[in-house]
Amino acid sequence: MTQHIVRAYDEELGALSVKINQMGGIAEAMLTDAIDALVRHDVGKARGVIERDGQLDALQNEIEELAVLVIAKRQPMANDLRHIMGTIRIASDIERIGDLMKNIAKRVTVMEERFIGTRSLAGIQHMAHLVLGQVKAVLDGFAQKSSDLARHVWLHDGEVDQLNNSLFRELLTYMMEDPRSITFSTHLLFIAKNIERAGDHATNIAETVFFIETGQQLSGPRPKGESSVFAVSAPGK
Amino acid sequence: MSFASPMIQEQANMPEPAAAAAKVAARNVNVYYGEKHALKDVSVDIPVRAVTSFIGPSGCGKSTFLRCINRMNDTIPICRVTGDITIDGKDIYDSRLDVVLLRARVGMVFQKPNPFPKSIYENVAYGPRLHGMARSKTELDEIVVNSLKRASLFEEVKDRLQESGTGLSGGQQQRLCIARAIAVSPEVILMDEPCSALDPIATAKIEELIDELRSNFTIVIVTHSMQQAARVSQRTAFFHLGSLVEEGSTEQIFTNPKDKRTQDYITGRFG
Ligand SMILES: Nc1ncnc2c1ncn2[C@@H]1O[C@H](COP(=O)(O)OP(=O)(O)OP(=O)(O)O)[C@@H](O)[C@H]1O
Ligand SMILES: [Mg+2]
Repeated sequence: MTQHIVRAYDEELGALSVKINQMGGIAEAMLTDAIDALVRHDVGKARGVIERDGQLDALQNEIEELAVLVIAKRQPMANDLRHIMGTIRIASDIERIGDLMKNIAKRVTVMEERFIGTRSLAGIQHMAHLVLGQVKAVLDGFAQKSSDLARHVWLHDGEVDQLNNSLFRELLTYMMEDPRSITFSTHLLFIAKNIERAGDHATNIAETVFFIETGQQLSGPRPKGESSVFAVSAPGK
Repeated sequence: MSFASPMIQEQANMPEPAAAAAKVAARNVNVYYGEKHALKDVSVDIPVRAVTSFIGPSGCGKSTFLRCINRMNDTIPICRVTGDITIDGKDIYDSRLDVVLLRARVGMVFQKPNPFPKSIYENVAYGPRLHGMARSKTELDEIVVNSLKRASLFEEVKDRLQESGTGLSGGQQQRLCIARAIAVSPEVILMDEPCSALDPIATAKIEELIDELRSNFTIVIVTHSMQQAARVSQRTAFFHLGSLVEEGSTEQIFTNPKDKRTQDYITGRFG
């Protein structure tokens, strides 16, 4: 991209991207650590995840303030305006991913240890792995200004939904087999749902990145996982 | 690697919403100042009852093209215009056409305010009187007051209408010229950077006036303020080095221009 005549303008836009990058790094680490904390029942690590949420909130605020300032000072047009508006949206999606991970970490701190080791955890790990890949890819797409990468992420959202559905059936079977596992399994259900929603935010970001780069909306049908018959909603953050 | 998918809606390739009926149509217009080829093969339709803005770097030919529309270039001896310009389908370069009448139909506000060295009142009254638009002094007074009000100048000059127009401040002179231009109720109004000497409040008032005039007139405005073009116009044309690079709905030009030169210009990048 050709540089602006006013160099400070480029620096301000660059600063926004740097902050998005920082937010992305924190959210990715929170996702990894929250799942790690779950699998090893590491309550200390879970607390670490909960604490890091504040950093995301602070960065999001900084991005919003900087974006407002740049709009007021430069009156951005066309791709610059899309970049700034997109940055605000992406920051909010990453912040939501952080909230979802904090929610998972909170559950870890109250879960009983004795059921750890069920096969369902492997499913959750797999889902988390996929979502982490999506989040990483879409943030790379943002950094590299790649609409192709954004579209790729957007088209591959269905796998996560599918996994969530099969996990749901599996957990339901466990709960019927052994009612004592109901509390634990319910936690896992919510955790899986949270991961799936984090994936949805990665998809939102993909749409935003595509719009920033092309000025067009990603739309139309895409391969979707089986729609969930058993909608599970997470408790408030 | 490519993830090309037919599912992506290619909005860029969708046809633009058709512009309203053309009031002014230019075809292959070329302008030379002596040896200098200042305007190159410009073809564009300017829709009726809408505001069209001309944008582009200094010296790209915006004023030159504007002056073609009311044949102001005739007054520049070394200037030569080729191509066709029609208003309501009639060739305005037809030798039988009365240029004075044309200029009453196509009013102009210039880049630099140029009031006549006469009273404020006379500046505005001159045109309506010349074209016999008022049957009585009362009617003429009414036109003058109304035009000054619409140009948001009246309050400032109402007690000194008989003083010279050249004694006003730059911004007041510009509003006087706007009042003068609209006093004859032209069909087309050409404005060459009408707000460049105005403060934000006067600018807002002129923009409000433009918006109001739009329902009855065809307006073309040259502006160096991208925000102003985005605010006041429905169509925008971008000129560069004497050529018309891109013309489209204002929304499209400012949110998603097709040509890289347009994008570089409106976002303030090195061209
Ligand atoms: N009377 C003239 N005699 C000779 N050359 C002229 C004359 N008027 C304009 N030009 C030349 O024609 C070109 C276009 O000028 P024009 O005034 O149309 O530019 P513009 O787009 O209105 O610029 P600005 O934004 O600075 O007003 C310029 O290179 C200018 O030097
Ligand atoms: Mg000019």
